[in-house]
Amino acid sequence: MKEADLRKNNEEEVRSIISEVSNGGDGMLTGCLGQRYLGCGLRSGRLYLKGTPGNGLAAYLEGGSVYVDGNAQDAAADTMNDGLVAIKGSAGDALSYGMRGGRVYVLGSTGYRTGVHMKAYKDRKSVLVIGGRTGSFLGEYLAGGVIIVLGLSGEGPITGYFCGNGMYAGTIYLRTDDIPKCLSDSLSVHAVDDDEKETSIMPFVREFASLFSLDAEKIMESRFIAIEADGSVARGQHYAAV
Amino acid sequence: MKKEGEVRISSGCAICGIFCRDGRRIPGSVIRESIRVMHNRSNGLGGGFAGYGIYPQYSDKYALHIFYSDFAAREETERMLDQYFDIINLSKIPTRQVDAIRDVPLIWRYFVSPLPHRIQDSQLDEDEYTAQAMIRISCAVKGAYVVSYGKNMGVFKAVGYPEDVAEFYRIEEYEGYAWTAHGRYPTNTPGWWGGAHPFSILDLSVVHNGEISSYDANRRAVEMYGYSCNLMTDTEVIAYILDYLVRKQGLSYRESAEVIATPFWSTIEMKDGYDKARLSYLRNMFSSFLVTGPFSILVGFDGGMMALNDRLKLRSLVAAEKGRTVYFSSEEAAIRVIEPEPDRIWAPRGGEPVIVTLDKEALR
Repeated sequence: MKEADLRKNNEEEVRSIISEVSNGGDGMLTGCLGQRYLGCGLRSGRLYLKGTPGNGLAAYLEGGSVYVDGNAQDAAADTMNDGLVAIKGSAGDALSYGMRGGRVYVLGSTGYRTGVHMKAYKDRKSVLVIGGRTGSFLGEYLAGGVIIVLGLSGEGPITGYFCGNGMYAGTIYLRTDDIPKCLSDSLSVHAVDDDEKETSIMPFVREFASLFSLDAEKIMESRFIAIEADGSVARGQHYAAV
Repeated sequence: MKKEGEVRISSGCAICGIFCRDGRRIPGSVIRESIRVMHNRSNGLGGGFAGYGIYPQYSDKYALHIFYSDFAAREETERMLDQYFDIINLSKIPTRQVDAIRDVPLIWRYFVSPLPHRIQDSQLDEDEYTAQAMIRISCAVKGAYVVSYGKNMGVFKAVGYPEDVAEFYRIEEYEGYAWTAHGRYPTNTPGWWGGAHPFSILDLSVVHNGEISSYDANRRAVEMYGYSCNLMTDTEVIAYILDYLVRKQGLSYRESAEVIATPFWSTIEMKDGYDKARLSYLRNMFSSFLVTGPFSILVGFDGGMMALNDRLKLRSLVAAEKGRTVYFSSEEAAIRVIEPEPDRIWAPRGGEPVIVTLDKEALR
């Protein structure tokens, strides 16, 4: 695999790696230090990053794969459409904002406003799995797709305040028995049974575990709760085309 | 010309800070390299630094940094200073020519002590006496603007990108136990020398990323207590609010943070007995000092630093630790560039201050 160090002034090398990846190949950039929009709009190929890539990582991702060995900053996977993002570290605020498809896996914890307004449409279903914990406003205005928070690392509650505020479709799975504080009364919570675990959570946890060399079965031994929009609350007047 | 939508402005202000709890003094070049990484967050209309512990030889004197638009302003100011203070030392602040820094005012530094009989007559303590004199100079002398006037600290700011401002002020020649830095992207106020961050009063300085929705309510509240907001930007009001709460009302920094970024009533409701009563009291008692809108701020003060987000955490803020040194920044990359392997790196939660102070052994 071709490799370039962003700390060195080697624009040509970096360009050749980006074009290699854009053509469906593999490439690696090391020494990332706040450079924005890495992997942005990538349609194919696999881009490997080391260091601390900047804001807007893998924004509008269109089918390619982005692997990060390090922490991501704010607004990673923004409006991502398809493909895979795997972050072997933490992610900042507003991760996967308005995500429309594809899978995002974060080994560590994420900041505020994780997975706000994620969507699903026809065969597109956005999937976000977080190994650690999240800040407040997890899955706010969720419109589709699945968010899974595992709480494998970090301290304190698995998520912050205002979880799922204003969500009207999709599901938030939390690997805990504790219902988040101040949950809106237009949401419903249920304990996840074995069938639902196997069909709705396991496939993604299996991929998460294989990406980060963890034991999926062991992770799945714990209980999960699911948060969804309460179907009995009419939202027809509030949102078009739900 | 590019049309709206064809051009992406990726800006949003940058802040960063370094605090050595062991009192070790580090050169300004370290904070310069940190803020440089976030170049794209500012647009060249303001940059600045605050350094603490930088004037050990005059640590008991007030260090005045003053901008003058012309000679007359300097003469008038120095006449006023002579009436109220003993001037121990005065000089131009050394600068170097930097192409990107233009329209440079006269920049002077004074180390002063208040005249003892004047203090006695005024019936004020020396901090209040000095603050009132400096506010008077900034308001009354046309063309004079007091940039900072704390002890053993100073603010260096200009119109330009922060890394250019650092070159201009030869920031690498100063050593401090604490530094804050700011790169500005002014949104709704002019980019001028006085409007660059940090803003300070006595030893307290503030750098800020965000905008204050409650600005005018906060301004009217602090102006009732003798402060004057005349720098045409919102951030200065935070400095005055904190000065009022900490120095005049005797609140701790933690309590002041609970005033300016007070939790929602719904969140206070969930707390238990003592916390609930305390937070309710602070919110009711100091309601005019609640700062709404998005912000992340770093507050420098004598012997300490505080990092704080608005309660919704609408601006980014990362903290890190390595040994006895603590780092804060808008972006993690700006920490990694000067400390690649921190012991711990985390994102403080909205409305929850991180306060660091000098170790006991470091206090001289």
